[in-house]
Amino acid sequence: MNFAAKPSLQWMNAFALAVATTGLTACVTINIYFPAAAAEKAADKVIDEIWQTPAGQSPASVPGPAPQESDVPAATPAVSPSVNQESAP
Amino acid sequence: MTLSINTTYQWLMQLQLFKRDYYHIFKRMIFVVVASMVSIQAHAAADLDVNTPAVAAVKASMQSRHQRLSPHYQSGAVGLTEDGFVAVRDAGLVPLSQRSALAALVKDENADRARLYQGIAAANGHPEWEGEIQRTFAQRWIDRAQSGWPVQRDGQWVRK
Repeated sequence: MNFAAKPSLQWMNAFALAVATTGLTACVTINIYFPAAAAEKAADKVIDEIWQTPAGQSPASVPGPAPQESDVPAATPAVSPSVNQESAP
Repeated sequence: MTLSINTTYQWLMQLQLFKRDYYHIFKRMIFVVVASMVSIQAHAAADLDVNTPAVAAVKASMQSRHQRLSPHYQSGAVGLTEDGFVAVRDAGLVPLSQRSALAALVKDENADRARLYQGIAAANGHPEWEGEIQRTFAQRWIDRAQSGWPVQRDGQWVRK
């Protein structure tokens, strides 16, 4: 047949096209990944603004009075003893 | 069978002719696609935009509300949930007369938080990122909470 020899070339082209399409699709897939690190940075910035915490200072590092309170037994029940009960889930 | 091979061959021949005639157009299209992907990639690597007017308005609203919410975090009446919202943890810590006001405060805060997550996703051209942004915020609210504030872990309230 006349076209018996040609299809191999044609199939190669088709194959190349398929590879190129797959490659492009893969690139697009990578692009829609969620930028987790950037989101975390953005979240920190927004939280700093809303909670008015100075940048770079973690509010968690400020020692709150709550941990000390939980060690104190019921000798001074004036403040709010019910707060302590929740510390042990 | 022969017919189908023949048809396929004809189709491929047409494709070949098309490629020959429109090769320069193809080349340009591929260049544009690659260039746009590179720019999208560069954009994705940069910071997320959190300064659109809508997001700024939500931030300002949440900032002023925080002054009223903060005492409730400290008392333990309100806590930070695992899914990036706030919830009344123990209404008993608040006088009866103030409980409905507290419920409204929490409701408004959660509405603003939903708007914040949605707004940041939209501002960056990916509304479908809302869930991921919410999860990121959920983690960061809890990580940055002051010690003593109630936070939710594995469905349980703990004091940080």
